[in-house]
Amino acid sequence: MQKKVFQILVDNTSGVLSRISGLFSRRGYNIDSITAGVTADSRFTRITIVTHGDDEILDQIEKQVAKLVDVRDIKELKRDDSIYRELALVKVRTGEDRRQGVMEAVDIYRAKIVDSDRECLTVEITGTQSKIEAFLSLISNYEILELARTGIAGLGRGSENVVYL
Amino acid sequence: MKAADAIIRCLEEEGVETVFGYPGVAICPFYNSILDSTIKTVLIRTEQNAAHAASGLARVTGRPGVCAVTSGPGATNVITGIATAFADSIPLICITGQVDSTLLGSDVFQEADITGAVESFVKYSYLVRNPEDIPRIFKEAFYIANTGRKGPVLIDIPFDVQNANISRFKYPEEVSLRTYKPTVKGHVVQIKKAVKALEHAKRPVICAGGGVQLSEANAEFRSFVEKHNIPVVSTMMGIGVMPTEHPLYFGMVGNNGKAYANRAMNESDVMIMFGARVADRAISQPDFMLGGKVLIHVDVDPAEIGKIASSTIPIVGDIKHIIGDFEKQEFSVDSELWINTLNRYKETMKPVRRPNPDYVDPAVFIDKLSRKMDADGIYVADVGQNQIWSCAYHVVRNGQFFTSGGMGTMGYSIPAAMGAKIADRNRQVIAVCGDGSFQMSMMELATIKQENAAVKIIVMRNNYLGMVREYQHNAYKDNYSVVDIAGYPDLCKLSAAYDIPYLRLDNMSNADEIIDIFLKEDNTMLLELMIDPYDLVK
Repeated sequence: MQKKVFQILVDNTSGVLSRISGLFSRRGYNIDSITAGVTADSRFTRITIVTHGDDEILDQIEKQVAKLVDVRDIKELKRDDSIYRELALVKVRTGEDRRQGVMEAVDIYRAKIVDSDRECLTVEITGTQSKIEAFLSLISNYEILELARTGIAGLGRGSENVVYL
Repeated sequence: MKAADAIIRCLEEEGVETVFGYPGVAICPFYNSILDSTIKTVLIRTEQNAAHAASGLARVTGRPGVCAVTSGPGATNVITGIATAFADSIPLICITGQVDSTLLGSDVFQEADITGAVESFVKYSYLVRNPEDIPRIFKEAFYIANTGRKGPVLIDIPFDVQNANISRFKYPEEVSLRTYKPTVKGHVVQIKKAVKALEHAKRPVICAGGGVQLSEANAEFRSFVEKHNIPVVSTMMGIGVMPTEHPLYFGMVGNNGKAYANRAMNESDVMIMFGARVADRAISQPDFMLGGKVLIHVDVDPAEIGKIASSTIPIVGDIKHIIGDFEKQEFSVDSELWINTLNRYKETMKPVRRPNPDYVDPAVFIDKLSRKMDADGIYVADVGQNQIWSCAYHVVRNGQFFTSGGMGTMGYSIPAAMGAKIADRNRQVIAVCGDGSFQMSMMELATIKQENAAVKIIVMRNNYLGMVREYQHNAYKDNYSVVDIAGYPDLCKLSAAYDIPYLRLDNMSNADEIIDIFLKEDNTMLLELMIDPYDLVK
């Protein structure tokens, strides 16, 4: 079992996301996370999918996705020469007297406090998945009221092998 | 110009001659516009069969078959036909009416999300929202359906879109699809590697699949194997690539195939899969079958290569092109001894049947029938025991053999045979089905009659769902469950009701005479064969 991050560039047609996710579900492939958004050229959407499986499955995923009519390109974003980022919003119950500890953690991880009331703080944190995991673990003695994560968005490093925009 | 007229113009531009379908309000603008065209319409009796008929037509013409049905139940009924075509890579264009675009998603009368429902069975689908897109979408749809690995494309068109006006009609000369570019030409380096492997081969075998037929490369394929003296086996979809009695042909592989074909594949040291996908019914134990040999896998779909079996030399491309590339290489294959061995296997491993003389022996009957039918005739087998017997005993000369291979859809043969006959009325077309599969599509007798399509229908009657009975015989020690089809109609009366001549054969004593009568005229006729209920395919 290994984890892979695929970057998929697709035509921005209606239903394209369901075509991709439908392919994964009907062939029994795993989706750990999926993010999508239009590129600088609004005709295209870039999708980042994190998946896992053995070598044969990962090979099939790449081929089956490439086969979809709307897919312009699929490539693996290898850890060593790619940038991955994820954003998380964490709503933590602090009460009025336990804010300091969370604010320290926010400071250490260069996160941001984006909302607060008397009961809670909402923190925005961006980074690799391991950074976000580490932050969550640091504040694990607090009660997390709500957590929203975007999943990974990624790009390859440098200007070589740029497929489109 | 009205959008519905534009749709018909698109079909005319694509050379479509026949549309199979069933109208309903949501597709009425289309069916109104088609009245002004020379395109023929065929009113099928249930929508699934529109897709099967279009499939039969596509397999004769090599062009996508077209069907057009209404929204909601019309569209959902056609799904099985689409899935059947998808599994066998048959090019179809399926046009579905849809409720007004402004009402989409509000669960109005006869609304079904058909593009969503067929997603896993189509090569691509469109929901037309802007009527101006119609020419581009049809151009793309025909191109997608009939290139690369062929398959069905569905175009869902809301009622208001069909009724809209478009400013100008211009059918695109070319498609410009940024994302869809199937590989046609094979990689030269890979082909050279394959040639080298063949030169060193002691026991080469080619397994021909449906891809050869879809590429319309049967003639090229035959001359290639003849030139290099390479023995051939085939998958079910590859039946007809080689004439059955060709000295280089060693039968169909698989669970239901010939033992000597499987043995040839097993013992080969270099095997080329030509347009075959290593399906489970053809090669049930790929690791065992394909281990320790050079496997050259040629397919137009890169995802099929390595999906089940990892190949030594993968070649992606269109079969016809790749055979052409092979032909450019000078090489010779030493297969004399190997062919002698295979001929010995063929002699000694013939299946032995012990037919019950009180009934028709399907093996002998099919053999006789195929020798008496036109050499270029089309034989359409249904699904069940009739299919396995047909695969085993039908002797293809210069004709075609159709069946639902991948999906195994019962009821395929009658509508597909009708589509084939309508596509080419000069050719003899015979549908062979069981008493189960016949009852799944017997409503099409009316369409056959209405269209005066001279389809010959053979029903193998054994009063059981024979294939399932055979399975229950083996797996559950004759503890039969829901396989006895009592209430079977009197086919003599049924034929009379449809005004179709009827014949019946009880045993083999007068088989020749009955077959001669059956085939004598180019007309629709139904022949019922009494088959031993306990007969087995193996």
